[in-house]
This record gives sequence, C-alpha cells and structure tokens, in this order.
Amino acid sequence: MDNLNHLLQGFGDVLTPMNLLIALTGVVVGTAVGVLPGIGPAMTVALLLPITYGLEPTTALILFAGIFYGGMYGGSTTSILLNTPGESASVVTAIEGNKMAKGGRAAQALATAAIGSFIAGTIGTVLIVLVMPQIVKFAVTLGAPEYFAIILVAFVGVSAVLGASRIRGLASLLIGLSIGVVGIDFVTGQQRLTFGIPQLADGIDVVVVAVGLFAVGEGLWVAAHLRRKAGEVIPVGQPWMGRQDWKRSWPAWLRGTAFGFPFGAIPAGGAEIPTFLSYMTEKKLSKHPEEFGKGAIEGVAGPEAANNASAAGTLVPMLALGLPTNATAAIMLAALQGYGIEPGPLLLTNEPKLVWALIASLFIGNTLLLVLNLPLAPTWAKLLRIPRPYLYAGILFFAAMGAYAVNGSPFDLYLLLGLGVLGFVIRRFGLPVLPLIVGVILEPLAEKKGRQSLQLSGGDLSGLLGGPVAWIAYAIVVAVLIWPLLAKLRGTSGGDDDHHHAGTKSEVAA
Amino acid sequence: MSHSPTGTQEVKDRAQYGLCAGLALLGGLLLFDASRIGHATTTNDVVGPRAVPIVLGVALILVAAVYARDIARGGHGEAEEGEDVDLRHPADWKTLGMLAAAFLLNAVLIDPLGWVISGTILFWGSAFALGNRHHIRGLAIAIALSLATFYAFAIGLGVNLPAGILKGIL
Repeated sequence: MDNLNHLLQGFGDVLTPMNLLIALTGVVVGTAVGVLPGIGPAMTVALLLPITYGLEPTTALILFAGIFYGGMYGGSTTSILLNTPGESASVVTAIEGNKMAKGGRAAQALATAAIGSFIAGTIGTVLIVLVMPQIVKFAVTLGAPEYFAIILVAFVGVSAVLGASRIRGLASLLIGLSIGVVGIDFVTGQQRLTFGIPQLADGIDVVVVAVGLFAVGEGLWVAAHLRRKAGEVIPVGQPWMGRQDWKRSWPAWLRGTAFGFPFGAIPAGGAEIPTFLSYMTEKKLSKHPEEFGKGAIEGVAGPEAANNASAAGTLVPMLALGLPTNATAAIMLAALQGYGIEPGPLLLTNEPKLVWALIASLFIGNTLLLVLNLPLAPTWAKLLRIPRPYLYAGILFFAAMGAYAVNGSPFDLYLLLGLGVLGFVIRRFGLPVLPLIVGVILEPLAEKKGRQSLQLSGGDLSGLLGGPVAWIAYAIVVAVLIWPLLAKLRGTSGGDDDHHHAGTKSEVAA
Repeated sequence: MSHSPTGTQEVKDRAQYGLCAGLALLGGLLLFDASRIGHATTTNDVVGPRAVPIVLGVALILVAAVYARDIARGGHGEAEEGEDVDLRHPADWKTLGMLAAAFLLNAVLIDPLGWVISGTILFWGSAFALGNRHHIRGLAIAIALSLATFYAFAIGLGVNLPAGILKGIL
C-alpha cells in the first residue's frame, strides 16, 4: 500500500498542466521520430536526448517516458505500413501486420497494435509498481561480490544468450568494456587509454557513444546500402476494429503481455524471444490457423503486446539494479547519469519522487499515446514518404547537434564519427550492438564492485565468491558459457549458432 | 533468410579476418597501455588500475583467436537489415566518403562559424551525398532546420550550441 501512496504522489507531481504538455510533446515527438523508417526506438531515444539537457530531471523524465513509449509505438506502425523488414523486435509484428495492410486491413492492424500496446504497456507498468520495490528490497541487501556477480550475468546474458553468435556477442562486449575503461581511474587517478589527450581524461561520454553507435552508425550503414527505390507505403485511414477483431485480439493481447514482461525483466530477455513465442502460441491456439501468413489479426495483437510488455519489463532491472537489458533502457540509463543521478539499488531510496514521477508518466504517456494515435495514424503514414536523402541527412544533423551539446566541444564530433564508423563495422560483420553499449555503461560499476570485493578479502580471489546469490550467479554464467561445449559432447550440436538463428528466422518468415 | 544474399553466400567473407586483427590489436593496445600505468596498489585498493585492462586485453586476444577459428570453419555474421537497407548491392563507398566529409566539415567549422552555418553545410552536404539533387530546396530546408534548432535548443532550452560569427545577429 505504501507503494500505492508513493505512486499517487507521483501522479500528483506529474499531473500539472505544464507537465501534461511536456508528456504530450514527448509522445508526439517520440512517435513522429519512431515512425520514420530506419529509426528504431533506441535511435529515437538517442536522437532526442539533447532536448532534455536543459530541463529539470523530473521534467526530463516525463518527456522521456513519452518518447520511450512513443518510439516503440512508432516502430510498429512503420513495420505494418512499409513492405520491408525492419528492426528485430518488430519483425514478428510485421509478418502478419504487413499482410493485413496489403489485404486492405491496415486500419485494423494499426488499431490492434495501438490498443494492444496500450494494454500491454499499462499492465506492464502496473507490474513494475508491484515488482520493482520488491527487487529493490532484495538488491539493497546485496554486497559488492553479489552485485559484481549479477553484473557478470547481465554481461553474459546480453552477449551470449541474445543474438545469433556467442563469439560475436563477446567481441562486442569486450569492445564496449574497453571503451568504458578510457579515462581517469576512479581510485588511483591514473590515466588509462587516454594517450595524453586531455578531452579523454573524463572518459567518453555515454551519450556520445549511444548517439555514435545508434544514430551515426546506423545512418552510415543505411546510407551505404540505401534502397534505390524506397519501400512501398500502404495507405491507411482512421484505425478501427469490428466486433470480431476485438474478440480475436484481446486474448492475444493478454497472452502477449504475459510472455513479454518476464522476458524483459530478466537480464537476458530481450523482445525477440517473447514476440516469437507469442506468435507461435497464437498460431497454435487460433480458430483461424489458415489465416496465418495471410494476415491474421492475432499475429499482430500478440507479438505487439509482447514487444511493449517486454519494454516495460526492462525498466525493472534498470530502475531496481541499474542494469540495462535492452538498447533503449541502456540509453535511458545514460540519460539518468547525465542528470547526475546514480542508478542502482539505492535509486528508489535516494530519489523516490523522481522514480515514482517517472512511473506515473509512463501511465500518462501510454494513455496519451492511445488517444493521440488512433486519430493521427494517417498523418504518421505520410511521414513514411519522407525523401530518404533528407531523412538520413537529418539523422546526422541531429546526432551532431546532440553530441556537441554534451560538452560543447568539437572533439566529441570527431569521437562521434569514430564511434559511427565502429557502429558501421559491427553492423557490417553482424556483431550485436547491445553488448557494446551495455559494456560501456556498466564497465565502471563492474570494476568498482569487483575491486571492492577483492579489497574486503585483502586481494584473495575468494572475495569474489561472496554469498549464495553470487554462487547462483556464477553458476548461471558458467552454464551459459560452457553450454555449447556440453551440447557438442552430447553430439546434439546442430552446427554453429549462426545457422541455428537463421533457421528460426526463416521459420518465422515462412 | 530467403531474402538475404548473405544467408546463401558460399564465398568466405575474408574481410572478417580484418575485424579479428582489429580485436587483437585493441587487446594489445590495452596491454601496452596497462604496462605504462604505474603499479599503484594500496591497502584500500589491492587490485590497482592495471588489473582490468590486463584482463580485457588478454580476453580480447583470446576472443580474436576463437573468432578467427569460427571464420575459418565458415562462420559469418549476418549483416544488419532495416527498412531502407538493400543488401543486394555492395557498400557505396562514394556516398560514405562524402557523408564523412560533410560531417568533418561541420566539426571543423562549428566553433569558428557557429552551428547555424556549420549545421547548414552538414545537412545540405549529407543530403547531396545521399542523392538529393534539388539543391535550392535542400539548402532552404538546411537553413530552416539550423535556424529552428538554434532558436529552439540554444536559446529556448539552453542547450550548448555556438552562435559563431553570427553572434549578435541571431
């Protein structure tokens, strides 16, 4: 009940005309940018970071909550109305959604996506309210060794469990950790990897890394492979659903939410697995299995709800432990650090007003999104026709502006281009981006906790082992890392990870 | 991945070895840099600043080796797809070069000339590089966008953007 009071107080803080206007701005801008082809939720949040620089933390978070859900929703609109594959989390939504749109049912596809997002987002946010404080209660009891071990689980989770190939994930993670090392060592004041460049002494700003990898890297990658002919946009009117559509959608929304939230909340969940599971479940349970592959509404409703619930779920480890488990959460965490707020188990104790205001704004942003998006869908669809040279020029323009504004230094622009080239390279070779950004963000924390643990034991490595929580965490890490070896010994290995992944993807596409 | 050429590619993607070399090089760099750091440990900090770079450096070299073995056995990463990405063509280096040039020009000019001018050059130049041939329209959008962002962010929201030579005029 205590939490409920806090939440009500959060609503009290947020529900002023000025703050509502800010929430509305966040939702509109977030959706508008998220709808643009080639811009996923992570890039939306990265590009829009600078507009929050001049604001108070609470105001900035209200804006952010709107951008977060707006960007998510915008992404699914793109995948339904554009006949081309988009980013991984909305690939599954696109399978049936695009077929529905082509079959003249774009309005229903958008409606079930919008209402499903709203329901999943709302249930997901309620679950944050229920679950997050419990995790915080548990997390504040953790000592440095336990915390260190849990961070290692997150590292292994994002690099070895998500994504197609362990070795590529680990390579990406190590690059990220190395970037995190750059700067002055926090204990001894020694310069590391700075090569005598004074601007590097404070480390590389996480915002610059995020904008470089997600905006510049993606912009350069797309520019190098730009479609000669932009994807065909399917025209759409006002979204609506008939009685039959409602009847078929709502169980799918609820099941999708049930899949999405837990996967988002664990350190290695992501949105790909739950959206895929939701799709398979709906296909199995549907009374109209023959419609799957031709535009079944359940195939849009379920995965879209799963996608949004998973996004809400990622906020649990982000707020309770300071651990980001998807790219968007990673950038939000970077933003929190930018406001001088230290994420981690103490966040709720130190900044209760801020956390509850953020959660209240998630509810408000989500509701505004529904109210706004049903009538505005035709307008969003027009954004899909934006000429591509202007679109990608705009991405570089805003990326440069945002990165410069962090420190007011042109040096960050050179750094940004360098990181953009890195972003290009990892896309070219199929290295996942998420482990890299998570590595950059968590390296200082991981190192701090590791060194604290060893300090307690006087340098003896047994200090890292800590208590039972750490043992379980290490057991998970070891199990994940040696799993391919075990599989090989049992002779059940089905080729390397890559091919396995390609297999599941083409199953979805089939 | 029926629609992706990389999925059916039979030729080994040798450029991947370059990435492995890069990883090993980064590992070496970390080790070199760590060797330069003084071995400063105290009772408060028994680990010191060198341990993490050394662990990362060794790990990077190991990962580079395993990665190279994976490539030798025919492993390849799937290049990222997207709404506007068409992987059937090889990378367009000319466009990339022009984009990088526009970007660097902005970095050089932003402090002396100010964001409004350097941003205009960045947007117009990038749009040109990406195939925009409506030069006047491109320029008009570039100027409008630079002015709008300057007024909205630098003056409205207090974001750090330089006025440059237009100081006093804007």
